Amino acid sequence: MDAVASIVEQVRAAHAAGEPLRIRGGGSKDFYGETPTGTLLETTALCGNADHEPTELVVTAPAGMRLVELEAQLAAHGQCLAFEPPRFGSSTTVGGMVAAGLSGPSRAAAGSVRDHVLGVSMVSGIGELLQFGGRVIKNVAGYDVSRIVVGSLGILGVIVEVSLKVMPRAEAEATARFDCKAADALAMLHAWGQRPLPLDASAWWNGNLIVRLRGSEAAIAEGAAAIGGEAVAAADASAFWQSLRDHTDPFFAAAQEAIDDHEATLWRLSLPATAPLLGLAGDELIEWHGAERWLATALPAADVRAAAATVGGHATAFRSRTKAAGAFAPLAPPLRAIHERLKRAFDPKGILNPGRLYPGL
Amino acid sequence: MNAPLPAAATRSAPDRERRQAEVVAALGRVLPAHALLWRREETVPYECDGLTAYREQPLAVALPESERQVADVLATCHRLEVPVVARGAGTGLSGGALPDPLGVTLSLAKFNRIVAIDPKARTATVQSGVRNLAISEAAAPHRLFYAPDPSSQIACTIGGNVAENSGGVHCLKYGLTLHNVLKVRGFTAAGEAVTFGGDALDSPGLDLLAAVVGSEGMLAVIFEVTVRLLPMPETARCILASFADVRHAGNAVAAIIAAGIIPAGLEMMDKRMTAAVESFVHAGYDLDAAAILLCESDGTAAAVEHESQRMADVLAACGATRIEASENEAQRLRFWSGRKNAFPASGRISPDYMCMDSTIPRKRLADMLTAIAAMETTHRLRCVNVFHAGDGNLHPLILFDANDADELHRAEAFGAEILELSVAMGGTVTGEHGVGVEKLSSMCVQFSAAERAQMEAIKRAFDPDGRLNPGKVIPTLVRCAEYGRMHVKRGLLAFPELPRF
Repeated sequence: MDAVASIVEQVRAAHAAGEPLRIRGGGSKDFYGETPTGTLLETTALCGNADHEPTELVVTAPAGMRLVELEAQLAAHGQCLAFEPPRFGSSTTVGGMVAAGLSGPSRAAAGSVRDHVLGVSMVSGIGELLQFGGRVIKNVAGYDVSRIVVGSLGILGVIVEVSLKVMPRAEAEATARFDCKAADALAMLHAWGQRPLPLDASAWWNGNLIVRLRGSEAAIAEGAAAIGGEAVAAADASAFWQSLRDHTDPFFAAAQEAIDDHEATLWRLSLPATAPLLGLAGDELIEWHGAERWLATALPAADVRAAAATVGGHATAFRSRTKAAGAFAPLAPPLRAIHERLKRAFDPKGILNPGRLYPGL
Repeated sequence: MNAPLPAAATRSAPDRERRQAEVVAALGRVLPAHALLWRREETVPYECDGLTAYREQPLAVALPESERQVADVLATCHRLEVPVVARGAGTGLSGGALPDPLGVTLSLAKFNRIVAIDPKARTATVQSGVRNLAISEAAAPHRLFYAPDPSSQIACTIGGNVAENSGGVHCLKYGLTLHNVLKVRGFTAAGEAVTFGGDALDSPGLDLLAAVVGSEGMLAVIFEVTVRLLPMPETARCILASFADVRHAGNAVAAIIAAGIIPAGLEMMDKRMTAAVESFVHAGYDLDAAAILLCESDGTAAAVEHESQRMADVLAACGATRIEASENEAQRLRFWSGRKNAFPASGRISPDYMCMDSTIPRKRLADMLTAIAAMETTHRLRCVNVFHAGDGNLHPLILFDANDADELHRAEAFGAEILELSVAMGGTVTGEHGVGVEKLSSMCVQFSAAERAQMEAIKRAFDPDGRLNPGKVIPTLVRCAEYGRMHVKRGLLAFPELPRF
């Protein structure tokens, strides 16, 4: 039996029995969201090569394919996933990348995972194999189900295959460093953002602002001169951005220690980029030109969530030892009602990753 | 192209009049008299959208003037169990705003206020009736612009753009409406205020904004939209390239992408389309070419110089017979004037035309053109072609005379054949115009019964009573059975054993 048919069969059996399933790819994001429960349904058998068509800027990959392998296949043709999804280890799968919906350093400039998903094949909670979207960039036939699945943490269906928009790797890039306070970093980034500069990624931590430009040779030469700062050597820059992307750099290492030793939580605050500094106690790293702020702190969850909500954002308990406060910010009542009905629309018996996104969902 | 089935629930005339009186009386309690139209002569302007082949009279047209009135109209209709069809400028091309004969058309056209432009955050917050082009005009003093630019941008509204997930000629580089909208504020079918997305780059929970964008008014009513603005490129240059063979032009499109270039615009016109627009706008197009490509580069002066030279090299290597680069803004706009006027120009060479909107993988462009040429013989009708070549979105314009019933019938069959071939090639029946009522039958070809049932279930999750724009986008089982075409699998890896068409 092929791997897709096997998944269909497992979901049908679980549906008949009303038995919860815990969907898992490489397991690199077991820590993310609410605690997984249910019988293990592994997607790693959904493997094989991706169908990459460089001149179409499209790749279709089985959900169990390892992300590092997909990226290597794209790189052989000078292409990439522009949203730089994090790899928390080499086991991260394409399906897990889509289900978690996390994007990396270049997100503010290049768009998110959701922005690059073109189509999915998925198995619904009643065991139907469904395909939505497709392999073309423009497609408005019916509701955009493939993009609703991004970040759904498996509560709507088991992703078996994904089509993604891919992009050529930038012709050139340059990284510059500045000594500055966080407030000055934000002011500089917002001023640059209003000009047609090839601004790509940024990170502020511990008195350092690191900025990456990406684009054509000509645009990078002009852009680097326009923003100034101290040029960072290419090898150092590459190592830095990779460690930031994969959460292996010193900020994230320190955050893990704080979690282990001091009951801290690593929060991911998603805010309007122009939101002021929140002044919360803890260690903070700012990405996405101010729109993503990582905070390692032992402050009560309610304080962090309230501070984020006050400026129009939300806070996710990204890594912590306890999930008592809920991984994700609570939903407004009309949205919660739609979530509940959508969950039932895909998974009437509530067997797929129950409670992984929100308790009761 | 696929005529809607007659409304199953159309009641007898006296019944309809009683129902109308009831609805008008109830709406009259929440709207001023001048904001409620129901006499036939008043509702006629609302009987269709840009797809004029389909017309219906609604029970009433509501033109609320405040957010409160929108909520009240929805709550009233919800209580009376009346369908609601939201409407912007009425420029849609698929009948998405076609009135329901037993429903209320809710016009949002009066909400044309730009609420805020925030240059530092690079966002614009506008009411749903604001015209697409008005956003860029309001942002221009800050050297910012709103990227998606459907050809109807002087008239179409942002609310309609969100409903249709509109594209334009710049989507390959700058994305569709979905990629440029941060937040949508509106109402559920019951009139409850709801916000999708937010001012941050993501929101907690499921990405409902992605569901609402492109949902053709079936999931929620849009009242206010926050869009992302981009810094205006310093300059832009357009290259016009001629090809002696459509296959060379198709290959050139692939070669540009393969060279790692993402042009700001990449459009193709065939010989007949070029001739039609040239006589309309006198842009100086090459009338001998089998196909012409328009390739645009934008950015800083040095970057544009560099990129347009690379484009020209690729085009030359692909056998372009003539290459001309715009030397100033006036010339660039002249190059584009023909492409942007493709539809009106077609209106001059034929009494009627039917515009298709399917998308196919770029590499099949030449195959599709060849197939369309063969279909012209089969259906004894002419077809002129413009493509958003960069993203594989086709706009074949089938020329016919609607006064000749047989020509209309042949044009519909011609269009259906293009759509089915598009799906078989791994594409989709609509790239940017939406399904509306026009492509309902073609949805039977693209989606299985289970997939259509899943879409219907999504609709019910947002709108449990099926009150918002009922009968659009998702065809019924009966309709698909009557249409009698089989569902074509879209060649994804899960079914490698299935024969391809």
